[in-house]
Amino acid sequence: MSELLDGMRQSWGLLAGSRSGVAVIAARTVLISGAATILAVLIGVPSGYAIARTRFRGRTLVLGFINTAMGMPPVVVGLVVWLLLVRSGPLGYLDLIYTRGAMVIAQFLIATPIVVGFTVASLQALPPRLPDLLAVLGAGRLRTIWLLAREAKLGLLVAVMAGFGGIISEVGASMTVGGNLERSTRVLTTAIVTETSRGEVERALALGVLLLALSFAVNLTLTVIQQRRRA
Amino acid sequence: MGGIVRGLCCVFAVVSALTTAAHARPQNAIVLATTTSTQDSGLLDVLVPRFEKESGIEVKVIAVGTGAALRMASTGDADVVLVHAPDAEKKYVGDGDLVEGRPVMHNDFVIVGPPEDPAGVRGSKAIAEAMKAIAARAGFISRGDDSGTHKQELALWAAAGVDPRSLAKREETGQGMGATLNVADQKRAYALTDRGTYLALRKRLGLTIAFEGDPTLLNIYHVYVVNPAKHKNIRIEGARAFVAFLVSPVIQQVIGDFKRQEYGQSLFFPDALPRRQ
Repeated sequence: MSELLDGMRQSWGLLAGSRSGVAVIAARTVLISGAATILAVLIGVPSGYAIARTRFRGRTLVLGFINTAMGMPPVVVGLVVWLLLVRSGPLGYLDLIYTRGAMVIAQFLIATPIVVGFTVASLQALPPRLPDLLAVLGAGRLRTIWLLAREAKLGLLVAVMAGFGGIISEVGASMTVGGNLERSTRVLTTAIVTETSRGEVERALALGVLLLALSFAVNLTLTVIQQRRRA
Repeated sequence: MGGIVRGLCCVFAVVSALTTAAHARPQNAIVLATTTSTQDSGLLDVLVPRFEKESGIEVKVIAVGTGAALRMASTGDADVVLVHAPDAEKKYVGDGDLVEGRPVMHNDFVIVGPPEDPAGVRGSKAIAEAMKAIAARAGFISRGDDSGTHKQELALWAAAGVDPRSLAKREETGQGMGATLNVADQKRAYALTDRGTYLALRKRLGLTIAFEGDPTLLNIYHVYVVNPAKHKNIRIEGARAFVAFLVSPVIQQVIGDFKRQEYGQSLFFPDALPRRQ
Protein backbone atom coordinates (compact mmCIF):
# COMPACT_ATOMS: atom_id res chain seq x y z
CA MET A 1 0.00 0.00 0.00
CA SER A 2 2.78 2.41 0.95
CA GLU A 3 4.43 1.58 -2.37
CA LEU A 4 1.29 2.66 -4.17
CA LEU A 5 1.20 5.89 -2.19
CA ASP A 6 4.89 6.46 -2.87
CA GLY A 7 4.23 5.84 -6.54
CA MET A 8 1.43 8.37 -6.49
CA ARG A 9 3.58 10.97 -4.79
CA GLN A 10 6.29 10.48 -7.41
CA SER A 11 3.65 10.66 -10.12
CA TRP A 12 2.49 14.06 -8.92
CA GLY A 13 6.07 15.22 -9.14
CA LEU A 14 6.23 13.90 -12.69
CA LEU A 15 3.06 15.69 -13.70
CA ALA A 16 3.91 18.95 -12.00
CA GLY A 17 7.51 19.01 -13.13
CA SER A 18 7.17 17.95 -16.73
CA ARG A 19 4.83 18.63 -19.60
CA SER A 20 2.59 21.59 -19.08
CA GLY A 21 0.23 19.78 -21.44
CA VAL A 22 -1.42 17.90 -18.59
CA ALA A 23 -3.43 20.92 -17.44
CA VAL A 24 -4.55 21.53 -21.01
CA ILE A 25 -5.58 17.90 -21.43
CA ALA A 26 -7.51 18.00 -18.15
CA ALA A 27 -9.32 21.22 -19.09
CA ARG A 28 -10.12 19.83 -22.54
CA THR A 29 -11.51 16.65 -20.97
CA VAL A 30 -13.91 18.59 -18.75
CA LEU A 31 -14.97 20.92 -21.59
CA ILE A 32 -15.72 18.11 -24.06
CA SER A 33 -17.55 15.88 -21.59
CA GLY A 34 -19.24 18.92 -20.02
CA ALA A 35 -20.56 20.12 -23.39
CA ALA A 36 -21.77 16.62 -24.26
CA THR A 37 -23.49 16.32 -20.86
CA ILE A 38 -25.24 19.69 -21.21
CA LEU A 39 -26.52 18.71 -24.67
CA ALA A 40 -27.59 15.31 -23.35
CA VAL A 41 -29.51 17.00 -20.53
CA LEU A 42 -31.14 19.52 -22.88
CA ILE A 43 -32.39 16.70 -25.10
CA GLY A 44 -32.63 13.88 -22.60
CA VAL A 45 -34.61 15.48 -19.77
CA PRO A 46 -37.51 16.73 -21.94
CA SER A 47 -37.56 13.39 -23.80
CA GLY A 48 -37.59 11.56 -20.49
CA TYR A 49 -40.40 13.82 -19.28
CA ALA A 50 -42.44 13.11 -22.40
CA ILE A 51 -41.95 9.36 -22.07
CA ALA A 52 -42.72 9.38 -18.35
CA ARG A 53 -45.87 11.55 -18.59
CA THR A 54 -47.53 10.20 -21.72
CA ARG A 55 -48.91 6.87 -22.81
CA PHE A 56 -48.51 5.80 -26.41
CA ARG A 57 -48.30 2.64 -28.47
CA GLY A 58 -44.90 1.02 -28.31
CA ARG A 59 -43.91 2.98 -25.19
CA THR A 60 -42.60 -0.13 -23.45
CA LEU A 61 -40.61 -0.99 -26.55
CA VAL A 62 -39.08 2.51 -26.56
CA LEU A 63 -38.19 2.16 -22.89
CA GLY A 64 -36.65 -1.20 -23.64
CA PHE A 65 -34.47 0.37 -26.33
CA ILE A 66 -33.45 3.18 -23.99
CA ASN A 67 -32.57 0.78 -21.20
CA THR A 68 -30.46 -1.21 -23.66
CA ALA A 69 -28.80 1.94 -24.98
CA MET A 70 -27.88 2.93 -21.42
CA GLY A 71 -25.46 0.02 -21.45
CA MET A 72 -24.31 0.39 -25.05
CA PRO A 73 -20.56 -0.20 -25.48
CA PRO A 74 -19.12 3.30 -26.11
CA VAL A 75 -16.61 1.89 -28.58
CA VAL A 76 -19.50 0.70 -30.79
CA VAL A 77 -21.03 4.19 -30.67
CA GLY A 78 -17.60 5.52 -31.59
CA LEU A 79 -17.31 3.17 -34.53
CA VAL A 80 -20.72 4.17 -35.90
CA VAL A 81 -19.94 7.88 -35.48
CA TRP A 82 -16.56 7.31 -37.14
CA LEU A 83 -18.23 5.63 -40.13
CA LEU A 84 -20.67 8.55 -40.43
CA LEU A 85 -18.05 11.28 -40.14
CA VAL A 86 -15.11 9.99 -42.21
CA ARG A 87 -14.62 11.80 -45.48
CA SER A 88 -16.11 8.91 -47.45
CA GLY A 89 -19.06 8.67 -45.03
CA PRO A 90 -22.51 10.28 -45.36
CA LEU A 91 -21.59 13.22 -43.09
CA GLY A 92 -18.02 13.48 -44.32
CA TYR A 93 -18.68 16.91 -45.85
CA LEU A 94 -18.91 18.34 -42.31
CA ASP A 95 -15.16 17.73 -41.95
CA LEU A 96 -15.64 16.80 -38.29
CA ILE A 97 -13.67 13.56 -37.99
CA TYR A 98 -10.74 13.75 -35.53
CA THR A 99 -12.02 16.96 -33.95
CA ARG A 100 -13.38 17.85 -30.53
CA GLY A 101 -16.79 18.31 -32.20
CA ALA A 102 -16.80 14.64 -33.23
CA MET A 103 -15.98 13.69 -29.65
CA VAL A 104 -18.86 15.79 -28.31
CA ILE A 105 -21.24 14.09 -30.77
CA ALA A 106 -20.12 10.59 -29.77
CA GLN A 107 -20.21 11.37 -26.04
CA PHE A 108 -23.63 13.03 -26.44
CA LEU A 109 -24.96 9.83 -28.04
CA ILE A 110 -23.55 7.76 -25.19
CA ALA A 111 -24.85 10.04 -22.42
CA THR A 112 -28.34 10.79 -23.76
CA PRO A 113 -29.90 7.34 -23.18
CA ILE A 114 -28.47 7.37 -19.65
CA VAL A 115 -30.05 10.78 -18.96
CA VAL A 116 -33.37 9.74 -20.50
CA GLY A 117 -33.46 6.48 -18.56
CA PHE A 118 -32.77 8.09 -15.19
CA THR A 119 -35.19 10.94 -15.92
CA VAL A 120 -38.02 8.55 -16.70
CA ALA A 121 -37.28 6.54 -13.57
CA SER A 122 -37.14 9.59 -11.30
CA LEU A 123 -40.35 11.14 -12.68
CA GLN A 124 -42.23 7.88 -12.49
CA ALA A 125 -41.21 7.61 -8.85
CA LEU A 126 -43.30 10.72 -8.10
CA PRO A 127 -46.91 10.22 -6.91
CA PRO A 128 -48.86 9.58 -10.14
CA ARG A 129 -51.57 12.13 -9.31
CA LEU A 130 -49.15 14.96 -8.56
CA PRO A 131 -49.49 16.66 -11.98
CA ASP A 132 -53.26 16.63 -11.78
CA LEU A 133 -53.07 18.05 -8.28
CA LEU A 134 -50.78 20.84 -9.46
CA ALA A 135 -53.20 21.60 -12.30
CA VAL A 136 -56.11 21.75 -9.88
CA LEU A 137 -54.13 24.13 -7.71
CA GLY A 138 -53.85 26.42 -10.73
CA ALA A 139 -50.31 25.75 -11.96
CA GLY A 140 -49.81 26.33 -15.69
CA ARG A 141 -48.13 23.81 -17.92
CA LEU A 142 -44.60 25.24 -17.63
CA ARG A 143 -45.02 25.81 -13.92
CA THR A 144 -46.15 22.17 -13.56
CA ILE A 145 -43.01 20.95 -15.32
CA TRP A 146 -40.84 23.17 -13.15
CA LEU A 147 -42.48 21.97 -9.93
CA LEU A 148 -42.21 18.33 -11.01
CA ALA A 149 -38.56 18.80 -11.86
CA ARG A 150 -37.99 20.28 -8.41
CA GLU A 151 -39.71 17.33 -6.82
CA ALA A 152 -37.66 14.90 -8.90
CA LYS A 153 -34.42 16.86 -8.29
CA LEU A 154 -32.66 13.97 -6.55
CA GLY A 155 -33.20 11.64 -9.46
CA LEU A 156 -32.57 14.23 -12.17
CA LEU A 157 -29.19 15.12 -10.71
CA VAL A 158 -28.36 11.43 -10.57
CA ALA A 159 -29.20 11.41 -14.29
CA VAL A 160 -26.72 14.25 -14.91
CA MET A 161 -23.99 12.65 -12.80
CA ALA A 162 -24.45 9.24 -14.40
CA GLY A 163 -24.30 10.78 -17.87
CA PHE A 164 -21.20 12.82 -17.11
CA GLY A 165 -19.51 9.94 -15.28
CA GLY A 166 -20.21 7.62 -18.17
CA ILE A 167 -18.50 9.78 -20.76
CA ILE A 168 -15.62 11.38 -18.88
CA SER A 169 -14.35 7.88 -18.06
CA GLU A 170 -14.95 6.58 -21.58
CA VAL A 171 -11.98 5.81 -23.84
CA GLY A 172 -13.02 3.74 -26.88
CA ALA A 173 -15.23 6.27 -28.66
CA SER A 174 -12.96 9.21 -27.81
CA MET A 175 -9.97 7.37 -29.26
CA THR A 176 -11.85 6.32 -32.40
CA VAL A 177 -13.50 9.58 -33.38
CA GLY A 178 -11.00 11.99 -31.78
CA GLY A 179 -7.81 10.24 -32.85
CA ASN A 180 -5.99 11.06 -29.58
CA LEU A 181 -4.19 13.98 -31.26
CA GLU A 182 -1.82 15.46 -28.75
CA ARG A 183 -2.65 19.09 -29.33
CA SER A 184 -6.35 18.95 -30.12
CA THR A 185 -8.21 15.81 -29.12
CA ARG A 186 -6.17 14.01 -26.46
CA VAL A 187 -8.19 13.66 -23.27
CA LEU A 188 -7.25 12.09 -19.94
CA THR A 189 -8.47 8.58 -20.77
CA THR A 190 -6.78 8.39 -24.17
CA ALA A 191 -3.62 9.93 -22.68
CA ILE A 192 -3.62 7.11 -20.11
CA VAL A 193 -3.77 4.53 -22.92
CA THR A 194 -0.86 6.19 -24.70
CA GLU A 195 1.32 6.50 -21.60
CA THR A 196 0.59 2.89 -20.65
CA SER A 197 1.55 1.56 -24.07
CA ARG A 198 4.74 3.64 -23.93
CA GLY A 199 5.56 1.94 -20.64
CA GLU A 200 5.21 5.23 -18.70
CA VAL A 201 3.14 3.52 -16.04
CA GLU A 202 3.73 6.14 -13.34
CA ARG A 203 2.57 8.93 -15.59
CA ALA A 204 -0.45 6.86 -16.62
CA LEU A 205 -1.29 6.27 -12.96
CA ALA A 206 -0.96 9.98 -12.16
CA LEU A 207 -3.31 10.85 -15.02
CA GLY A 208 -5.74 8.26 -13.66
CA VAL A 209 -5.68 9.90 -10.25
CA LEU A 210 -6.19 13.29 -11.87
CA LEU A 211 -9.20 11.93 -13.78
CA LEU A 212 -10.70 10.58 -10.56
CA ALA A 213 -10.08 13.89 -8.81
CA LEU A 214 -11.81 15.85 -11.59
CA SER A 215 -14.72 13.47 -11.66
CA PHE A 216 -15.00 13.74 -7.87
CA ALA A 217 -14.93 17.54 -7.97
CA VAL A 218 -17.74 17.73 -10.54
CA ASN A 219 -19.86 15.12 -8.80
CA LEU A 220 -19.30 16.73 -5.42
CA THR A 221 -20.60 20.03 -6.78
CA LEU A 222 -23.68 18.31 -8.19
CA THR A 223 -24.19 16.40 -4.95
CA VAL A 224 -24.05 19.62 -2.93
CA ILE A 225 -26.80 21.03 -5.19
CA GLN A 226 -28.74 17.80 -4.89
CA GLN A 227 -28.60 17.62 -1.11
CA ARG A 228 -29.18 21.32 -0.45
CA ARG A 229 -32.02 22.03 1.98
CA ARG A 230 -32.62 18.36 2.44
CA ALA A 231 -30.67 17.33 5.51
CA MET B 1 -2.40 -2.30 -25.19
CA GLY B 2 -0.12 -3.52 -27.96
CA GLY B 3 2.80 -2.20 -25.96
CA ILE B 4 1.86 -4.24 -22.92
CA VAL B 5 1.42 -7.37 -24.95
CA ARG B 6 4.72 -6.75 -26.66
CA GLY B 7 6.34 -6.10 -23.29
CA LEU B 8 5.01 -9.36 -21.90
CA CYS B 9 6.16 -11.15 -25.05
CA CYS B 10 9.66 -9.69 -24.60
CA VAL B 11 9.78 -10.85 -20.99
CA PHE B 12 8.48 -14.26 -21.97
CA ALA B 13 10.89 -14.47 -24.88
CA VAL B 14 13.90 -13.53 -22.76
CA VAL B 15 12.89 -15.92 -19.98
CA SER B 16 12.38 -18.77 -22.40
CA ALA B 17 15.65 -17.94 -24.09
CA LEU B 18 17.42 -17.98 -20.73
CA THR B 19 15.92 -21.33 -19.79
CA THR B 20 16.92 -22.62 -23.20
CA ALA B 21 20.46 -21.50 -22.59
CA ALA B 22 20.57 -22.82 -19.03
CA HIS B 23 19.44 -26.31 -19.86
CA ALA B 24 21.43 -28.69 -21.94
CA ARG B 25 20.36 -27.80 -25.44
CA PRO B 26 19.66 -30.35 -28.09
CA GLN B 27 22.61 -30.74 -30.40
CA ASN B 28 20.68 -29.63 -33.42
CA ALA B 29 18.97 -26.43 -32.27
CA ILE B 30 20.04 -22.82 -32.53
CA VAL B 31 18.58 -19.67 -30.97
CA LEU B 32 17.89 -16.82 -33.40
CA ALA B 33 17.37 -13.46 -31.73
CA THR B 34 15.66 -11.06 -34.10
CA THR B 35 13.30 -8.11 -34.28
CA THR B 36 9.53 -8.13 -34.28
CA SER B 37 9.39 -6.74 -37.82
CA THR B 38 10.86 -9.86 -39.41
CA GLN B 39 8.43 -11.97 -37.41
CA ASP B 40 5.33 -9.79 -37.93
CA SER B 41 5.83 -9.54 -41.67
CA GLY B 42 5.70 -13.33 -41.91
CA LEU B 43 9.12 -13.55 -43.57
CA LEU B 44 10.55 -15.89 -40.95
CA ASP B 45 7.58 -18.20 -41.34
CA VAL B 46 8.81 -18.76 -44.87
CA LEU B 47 12.56 -18.92 -44.22
CA VAL B 48 12.84 -20.84 -40.95
CA PRO B 49 10.88 -23.98 -41.87
CA ARG B 50 12.81 -24.17 -45.13
CA PHE B 51 16.15 -23.93 -43.31
CA GLU B 52 15.07 -26.53 -40.77
CA LYS B 53 14.05 -28.90 -43.53
CA GLU B 54 17.23 -28.42 -45.56
CA SER B 55 19.69 -28.53 -42.68
CA GLY B 56 17.98 -30.65 -40.05
CA ILE B 57 18.76 -27.90 -37.53
CA GLU B 58 15.93 -26.59 -35.40
CA VAL B 59 15.67 -22.79 -35.02
CA LYS B 60 14.21 -21.24 -31.90
CA VAL B 61 13.12 -17.78 -32.98
CA ILE B 62 13.09 -15.14 -30.25
CA ALA B 63 11.49 -12.03 -31.72
CA VAL B 64 12.14 -8.99 -29.53
CA GLY B 65 13.16 -5.38 -30.05
CA THR B 66 16.53 -4.80 -31.69
CA GLY B 67 18.01 -3.65 -28.37
CA ALA B 68 16.87 -6.78 -26.57
CA ALA B 69 18.12 -9.00 -29.39
CA LEU B 70 21.57 -7.41 -29.16
CA ARG B 71 21.61 -7.81 -25.38
CA MET B 72 20.88 -11.53 -25.83
CA ALA B 73 23.97 -11.73 -27.99
CA SER B 74 26.10 -9.95 -25.39
CA THR B 75 25.05 -12.43 -22.71
CA GLY B 76 25.59 -15.43 -24.98
CA ASP B 77 21.90 -16.34 -24.91
CA ALA B 78 21.57 -16.47 -28.68
CA ASP B 79 23.62 -18.18 -31.37
CA VAL B 80 22.73 -15.96 -34.28
CA VAL B 81 21.10 -12.51 -34.52
CA LEU B 82 19.23 -10.80 -37.36
CA VAL B 83 18.82 -7.09 -36.55
CA HIS B 84 18.43 -3.69 -38.18
CA ALA B 85 20.22 -1.03 -36.13
CA PRO B 86 23.66 -0.58 -37.73
CA ASP B 87 24.74 2.10 -35.25
CA ALA B 88 23.84 -0.01 -32.24
CA GLU B 89 25.36 -3.11 -33.82
CA LYS B 90 28.79 -1.44 -34.08
CA LYS B 91 29.19 -1.42 -30.31
CA TYR B 92 28.56 -5.16 -30.07
CA VAL B 93 30.89 -5.88 -32.95
CA GLY B 94 33.51 -3.71 -31.24
CA ASP B 95 33.05 -5.56 -27.95
CA GLY B 96 33.60 -8.86 -29.74
CA ASP B 97 30.13 -10.25 -29.08
CA LEU B 98 29.11 -10.36 -32.72
CA VAL B 99 31.29 -11.74 -35.52
CA GLU B 100 31.05 -12.71 -39.17
CA GLY B 101 28.40 -10.10 -39.97
CA ARG B 102 26.76 -10.04 -43.38
CA PRO B 103 24.18 -7.66 -44.83
CA VAL B 104 21.03 -9.65 -45.63
CA MET B 105 18.37 -7.29 -46.87
CA HIS B 106 16.78 -3.90 -46.38
CA ASN B 107 13.39 -2.37 -46.37
CA ASP B 108 12.61 1.29 -46.05
CA PHE B 109 10.52 4.09 -44.69
CA VAL B 110 8.51 6.26 -47.05
CA ILE B 111 6.80 9.63 -46.70
CA VAL B 112 3.14 9.35 -47.64
CA GLY B 113 0.72 12.20 -48.24
CA PRO B 114 -2.36 13.36 -50.11
CA PRO B 115 -2.31 12.51 -53.84
CA GLU B 116 -2.41 16.21 -54.83
CA ASP B 117 0.81 16.76 -52.82
CA PRO B 118 -0.09 20.16 -51.31
CA ALA B 119 3.39 20.71 -49.87
CA GLY B 120 5.09 19.97 -53.18
CA VAL B 121 7.20 17.20 -51.64
CA ARG B 122 7.41 15.09 -54.76
CA GLY B 123 10.08 17.18 -56.47
CA SER B 124 12.42 17.05 -53.47
CA LYS B 125 15.98 15.90 -54.10
CA ALA B 126 16.71 14.78 -50.53
CA ILE B 127 14.77 13.88 -47.44
CA ALA B 128 15.76 17.09 -45.61
CA GLU B 129 14.25 19.11 -48.43
CA ALA B 130 11.05 17.06 -48.26
CA MET B 131 10.77 17.53 -44.49
CA LYS B 132 11.31 21.29 -44.82
CA ALA B 133 8.60 21.48 -47.50
CA ILE B 134 6.14 19.69 -45.22
CA ALA B 135 7.11 21.88 -42.27
CA ALA B 136 6.50 25.02 -44.30
CA ARG B 137 3.29 24.12 -46.08
CA ALA B 138 1.33 21.15 -44.74
CA GLY B 139 0.25 19.04 -41.83
CA PHE B 140 2.18 16.05 -40.53
CA ILE B 141 0.83 13.22 -38.39
CA SER B 142 3.35 11.59 -36.08
CA ARG B 143 3.18 8.29 -34.20
CA GLY B 144 4.32 10.05 -31.04
CA ASP B 145 4.59 6.70 -29.28
CA ASP B 146 8.35 6.37 -28.84
CA SER B 147 8.48 3.58 -31.43
CA GLY B 148 11.31 2.99 -33.88
CA THR B 149 9.34 4.83 -36.54
CA HIS B 150 8.76 7.78 -34.20
CA LYS B 151 12.49 7.91 -33.42
CA GLN B 152 13.29 7.83 -37.11
CA GLU B 153 10.89 10.71 -37.72
CA LEU B 154 12.48 12.82 -34.96
CA ALA B 155 15.92 12.10 -36.45
CA LEU B 156 14.66 13.29 -39.86
CA TRP B 157 13.38 16.57 -38.40
CA ALA B 158 16.68 17.06 -36.58
CA ALA B 159 18.65 16.42 -39.78
CA ALA B 160 16.45 18.93 -41.62
CA GLY B 161 17.05 21.54 -38.90
CA VAL B 162 13.36 21.75 -38.01
CA ASP B 163 12.07 21.74 -34.45
CA PRO B 164 8.98 19.50 -34.67
CA ARG B 165 7.52 21.13 -31.54
CA SER B 166 7.39 24.43 -33.40
CA LEU B 167 5.15 23.08 -36.17
CA ALA B 168 1.54 24.19 -35.73
CA LYS B 169 0.21 21.52 -38.09
CA ARG B 170 2.13 18.53 -36.72
CA GLU B 171 0.07 16.25 -34.50
CA GLU B 172 0.96 13.15 -32.49
CA THR B 173 -1.53 10.28 -32.30
CA GLY B 174 0.20 8.22 -29.63
CA GLN B 175 -1.11 5.20 -31.55
CA GLY B 176 0.15 2.52 -33.92
CA MET B 177 1.04 2.84 -37.60
CA GLY B 178 -2.39 1.87 -38.94
CA ALA B 179 -4.31 4.36 -36.77
CA THR B 180 -1.78 7.07 -37.57
CA LEU B 181 -2.14 6.51 -41.32
CA ASN B 182 -5.93 6.76 -40.92
CA VAL B 183 -5.59 10.16 -39.26
CA ALA B 184 -3.14 11.39 -41.90
CA ASP B 185 -5.54 10.20 -44.60
CA GLN B 186 -8.54 12.01 -43.12
CA LYS B 187 -6.60 15.16 -42.26
CA ARG B 188 -4.96 15.30 -45.71
CA ALA B 189 -1.60 15.36 -43.99
CA TYR B 190 1.77 13.67 -44.46
CA ALA B 191 3.20 10.83 -42.40
CA LEU B 192 6.31 8.67 -42.12
CA THR B 193 5.59 4.95 -42.41
CA ASP B 194 7.39 1.72 -43.06
CA ARG B 195 6.65 0.55 -46.57
CA GLY B 196 5.18 -2.78 -45.46
CA THR B 197 2.40 -1.30 -43.32
CA TYR B 198 1.55 1.24 -45.99
CA LEU B 199 1.34 -1.45 -48.69
CA ALA B 200 -0.85 -3.62 -46.49
CA LEU B 201 -3.32 -0.76 -45.86
CA ARG B 202 -2.99 1.10 -49.15
CA LYS B 203 -6.32 -0.09 -50.56
CA ARG B 204 -8.44 1.82 -48.06
CA LEU B 205 -6.22 4.90 -47.83
CA GLY B 206 -6.19 7.91 -50.15
CA LEU B 207 -2.51 8.44 -49.36
CA THR B 208 0.20 8.04 -51.96
CA ILE B 209 3.96 7.86 -51.63
CA ALA B 210 5.30 11.42 -51.74
CA PHE B 211 8.97 10.70 -51.09
CA GLU B 212 11.11 7.57 -51.07
CA GLY B 213 14.57 6.27 -51.77
CA ASP B 214 16.79 8.50 -49.64
CA PRO B 215 19.61 6.43 -48.06
CA THR B 216 18.70 7.67 -44.56
CA LEU B 217 15.28 6.06 -44.96
CA LEU B 218 16.81 2.60 -45.29
CA ASN B 219 16.34 -0.05 -42.67
CA ILE B 220 19.30 -2.39 -43.16
CA TYR B 221 19.27 -5.91 -41.72
CA HIS B 222 22.51 -7.67 -40.82
CA VAL B 223 22.98 -11.22 -39.61
CA TYR B 224 25.76 -12.09 -37.15
CA VAL B 225 26.90 -15.16 -35.31
CA VAL B 226 27.60 -14.77 -31.61
CA ASN B 227 31.34 -15.07 -30.92
CA PRO B 228 32.09 -18.61 -29.70
CA ALA B 229 35.49 -17.44 -28.46
CA LYS B 230 33.77 -15.07 -26.02
CA HIS B 231 30.67 -17.00 -25.03
CA LYS B 232 30.25 -20.60 -23.97
CA ASN B 233 27.99 -23.13 -25.60
CA ILE B 234 27.45 -21.24 -28.83
CA ARG B 235 26.25 -23.61 -31.55
CA ILE B 236 28.64 -22.19 -34.04
CA GLU B 237 28.12 -24.72 -36.84
CA GLY B 238 24.37 -24.28 -36.78
CA ALA B 239 24.72 -20.49 -36.59
CA ARG B 240 27.12 -20.42 -39.55
CA ALA B 241 24.83 -22.70 -41.52
CA PHE B 242 21.95 -20.28 -40.92
CA VAL B 243 24.03 -17.28 -42.07
CA ALA B 244 25.13 -19.16 -45.19
CA PHE B 245 21.52 -20.06 -45.85
CA LEU B 246 20.31 -16.42 -45.59
CA VAL B 247 22.95 -15.04 -47.96
CA SER B 248 22.67 -17.84 -50.51
CA PRO B 249 21.45 -16.71 -53.95
CA VAL B 250 18.35 -18.91 -53.80
CA ILE B 251 17.18 -17.52 -50.47
CA GLN B 252 18.08 -13.96 -51.43
CA GLN B 253 15.70 -14.45 -54.35
CA VAL B 254 13.03 -15.79 -51.97
CA ILE B 255 13.45 -12.69 -49.76
CA GLY B 256 13.06 -10.34 -52.72
CA ASP B 257 9.96 -12.17 -53.92
CA PHE B 258 8.33 -12.31 -50.48
CA LYS B 259 4.74 -10.98 -50.81
CA ARG B 260 5.68 -9.21 -54.02
CA GLN B 261 2.74 -10.75 -55.87
CA GLU B 262 0.35 -9.63 -53.16
CA TYR B 263 1.56 -6.02 -52.90
CA GLY B 264 2.92 -5.41 -56.38
CA GLN B 265 6.32 -4.51 -54.95
CA SER B 266 8.89 -6.04 -52.61
CA LEU B 267 8.68 -5.73 -48.82
CA PHE B 268 12.36 -6.62 -48.42
CA PHE B 269 15.19 -6.04 -50.88
CA PRO B 270 18.03 -8.60 -50.83
CA ASP B 271 21.47 -7.14 -50.11
CA ALA B 272 23.79 -10.16 -50.05
CA LEU B 273 23.86 -10.70 -53.80
CA PRO B 274 26.68 -9.18 -55.81
CA ARG B 275 25.35 -5.83 -57.02
CA ARG B 276 24.32 -5.59 -60.62
CA GLN B 277 24.98 -2.28 -62.28
